[in-house]
Amino acid sequence: MAGKNLNLTLKIWRQNGPAAKGQMKEYKVSDISTEMSFLEMLDVLNERLVREGEDPIAFDHDCREGICGMCSLMINGLAHGPSRRTTTCQLHMRSFNDGDTIYIEPWRAKAFPVIKDLVVDRSAFDHIMHAGGYISVNTGNAQDANEMPISTQVADHAMDAAECIGCGACVASCKNASAMLFVSAKVAHLGHLPQGQPERMLRVQRMVRTMDEAGFGNCTNTGACEVQCPKGISIKNIAKMNADYLRASLISEVKG
Amino acid sequence: MKLDSKVPAGPLAEKWDKHKFDLKLVNPSNKRKYHILVVGTGLAGASAAASLAELGYQVTTFNFQDSPRRAHSIAAQGGINAAKNYQNDGDSVYRLFYDTIKGGDYRGREANTYRLAQVSVNIIDQAVAQGVPFAREYGGYLANRSFGGAQVSRTFYARGQTGQQLLLGAYGALNRQIGLGNVNSLNRREILDVVLVDGKARGLIVKNLITGEMERYAGDAVLMCTGGYGNVYFLSTNAMNSNVTAAWRAHRRGAAFANPCYVQIHPTCIPVHGDYQSKLTLMSESLRNDGRVWVPRSQEMAEKLRSGQVKSKDIAEKDRYYYLEERYPSFGNLVPRDVASRNAKMVCDDGLSVIPDGEAVFLDFRDAIERLGKDVIESRYGNLFEMYQRITDEDPYSMPMKIFPAVHYTMGGLWVDYHLMTTIPGLYALGEANFSDHGANRLGASALMQGLADGYFVIPFTIGNYLADLGMKNKVTTDHEAFDKTEADVRAFNQRLLSVKGTRTVDDFHRELGKIIWNYCGMSRNKEGLEKAIGEIHKLREEFWKDVLVPGKEDEFNLELQKAWRVADYFELGETMVRDALQRNESCGCHLREEYQTEDNEAKRNDDDYAYVAAWEYKGEGQAPVMHKENLEFEFVELKTRSYK
Repeated sequence: MAGKNLNLTLKIWRQNGPAAKGQMKEYKVSDISTEMSFLEMLDVLNERLVREGEDPIAFDHDCREGICGMCSLMINGLAHGPSRRTTTCQLHMRSFNDGDTIYIEPWRAKAFPVIKDLVVDRSAFDHIMHAGGYISVNTGNAQDANEMPISTQVADHAMDAAECIGCGACVASCKNASAMLFVSAKVAHLGHLPQGQPERMLRVQRMVRTMDEAGFGNCTNTGACEVQCPKGISIKNIAKMNADYLRASLISEVKG
Repeated sequence: MKLDSKVPAGPLAEKWDKHKFDLKLVNPSNKRKYHILVVGTGLAGASAAASLAELGYQVTTFNFQDSPRRAHSIAAQGGINAAKNYQNDGDSVYRLFYDTIKGGDYRGREANTYRLAQVSVNIIDQAVAQGVPFAREYGGYLANRSFGGAQVSRTFYARGQTGQQLLLGAYGALNRQIGLGNVNSLNRREILDVVLVDGKARGLIVKNLITGEMERYAGDAVLMCTGGYGNVYFLSTNAMNSNVTAAWRAHRRGAAFANPCYVQIHPTCIPVHGDYQSKLTLMSESLRNDGRVWVPRSQEMAEKLRSGQVKSKDIAEKDRYYYLEERYPSFGNLVPRDVASRNAKMVCDDGLSVIPDGEAVFLDFRDAIERLGKDVIESRYGNLFEMYQRITDEDPYSMPMKIFPAVHYTMGGLWVDYHLMTTIPGLYALGEANFSDHGANRLGASALMQGLADGYFVIPFTIGNYLADLGMKNKVTTDHEAFDKTEADVRAFNQRLLSVKGTRTVDDFHRELGKIIWNYCGMSRNKEGLEKAIGEIHKLREEFWKDVLVPGKEDEFNLELQKAWRVADYFELGETMVRDALQRNESCGCHLREEYQTEDNEAKRNDDDYAYVAAWEYKGEGQAPVMHKENLEFEFVELKTRSYK
């Protein structure tokens, strides 16, 4: 496990506020262990900036184990960096070489405005969820959990879609800044399950409508979202959502 | 300070049902006239907020991340316990209760723990109804796995992401209420103080982490669902931003803080690898179902391994020390967490560590892969193995994992009564933030259970009792002078931090504080070390207030200020933890005092003198806190020496 040390040039997006004009700024870092995570490398830089009296670089992060979905970052133009199925917090410096220049930018999408530096506002995702990302069951209403057997295949499909962490890499990777992969993951998760059937049509209509209102682009089946998704959410979910949406439009259940 | 647990009388199994009937109710049409402030949106907070809103209360939620879905409950991997007895293996509510009380080394409150076991069955039903995709058998029925400290299979799971799926279920329920306009969800906010009016919790002073502005919210009750305080150690399995500030500020305003020294050190985490390290990563306890824990039997062999002269796979069976299986034949690798952690430390202290610069033991899947095939192991733990490989660059299918204990969960927390109310009327604490259910050690897969039990099935009943007495007319608004005063206190505190303008960063202090607490108040403690720790904490705290460097201003996006107020609180908490460990002259659960252990190094309890909850009262900055006792009465369970042999 013994690592090497790297010297790197970082080009990082600095933007003081939502209305401020941003720019790429260059920082040199040295003696970065290959055993470090990418965010630990930024921690080291930030601690230096604080000591030097410069404003530390703002970036979102929390669990640092690849599950909360808080971290983001376009690293050399790729959402969450060069490793497949990996969030930025799980990306390690062993993926880079001594002397590399690394470009670090925020998610770029109209629906994800920059708050500061590398921090963006992803509340549009929450709004989509408010519109229908749930099964309407009050606490206490539930029947015994084993009353309704569900085949392992169905449960597995639902789980595959439910693994989405809501990070927004799909939007950031899409040339149209489309949120279809994110929305379809929730639609498919609940749509697969028997519990999700009563609201299936209503759900897809409401969620898609809210998605459109938030300013996300359309899907043109490029597939970049699936490639960059840290959880490997399949683009098949988009096809399923489109099918549901079409059905729902024919039935036209949505009200108000 | 008076500690009245308000545990209802009567037989254990009937207490909760009878109590629910005895509680006062709020008329359905009056519920919307009450406003409840919920701090934190993890399992406890999200489930409470959603359930209360469903009942008709007006709810406002606060969380520091950018979405409620990101709370650290999401990182729980292995599972959630429930006494469903779907496996027909002899489980029951009483057995889950008994295992939990015993697992906690008889330092939990009987009635709370029994209630937890009772409502556990409803949680699984609720989660399935919400669409949580638990693992299933081929017949379509729910699957279970085993966890430490139990001899039945009662743990429900969703691959290695049970916490994520349960949180997304609760988040869904919360979203529905947000969509319906019953919940106002405020992200990127941190609570900096609780506002008391006539001694009751009536509001919050809140920092908007984006704008830096101070905000005020008034309500009829406040729920602290803020998780644990493991980050006092700097390195832990907690999320980077998990912190004690909201709970600690409530403590400073009069809420007793109970059993702070009860900290769970999780046995299976990826070992520390460098000074720059920001956090530790846990590998689920479920891995101990199929993984075997071992170290080389002799120091000589361990040395050869560490220097690379032999590889783990070349070490013969007779030279492998499967210390848990040998020492605890009945429970084997599935002993409770405190026992597993302590044993890992012991073998490493004996010079048997398997890594050159640090401490680690093996968790080996070789035999399980031989027996079951790689496919089965992959289907059970695939995502965990992937995560391990991503972090360490080693393949756990072909070589054993290297693991070591790390700070994980805090059993201590705000003292609460049977209603989950703290010593401040109207202020409640739910989930990991309270102290009540796990005693001195929590069993695996019980944290998710407790968070959801409190939020879905306890608080919706108990809060009405308080609100009915409070009445609808007794309203407080944010222009009340108590808000002015409390906000002024918060601003003065932050100003003090900003005006030091010293030379050392907040992280620098935090790292050093964490080391003191880990060294003296970590996996094992002794009187001399604890006394030394108090002196060292005092010295470092003094230095902190003289030399900390917090750049920037109050009213702006200021990450360093945010870290600084959290660390300022950790200094006070750290000292109280150490004092708590010092006064408890016994070993129990996770709290191992070296002076009090049996011949084979097991925890030696002293039930005559220490069967109590230590609830600490804050006495002011720089003042020693004062301890109050709630005696634990065991009406139904006989106190025994815990044995997993």
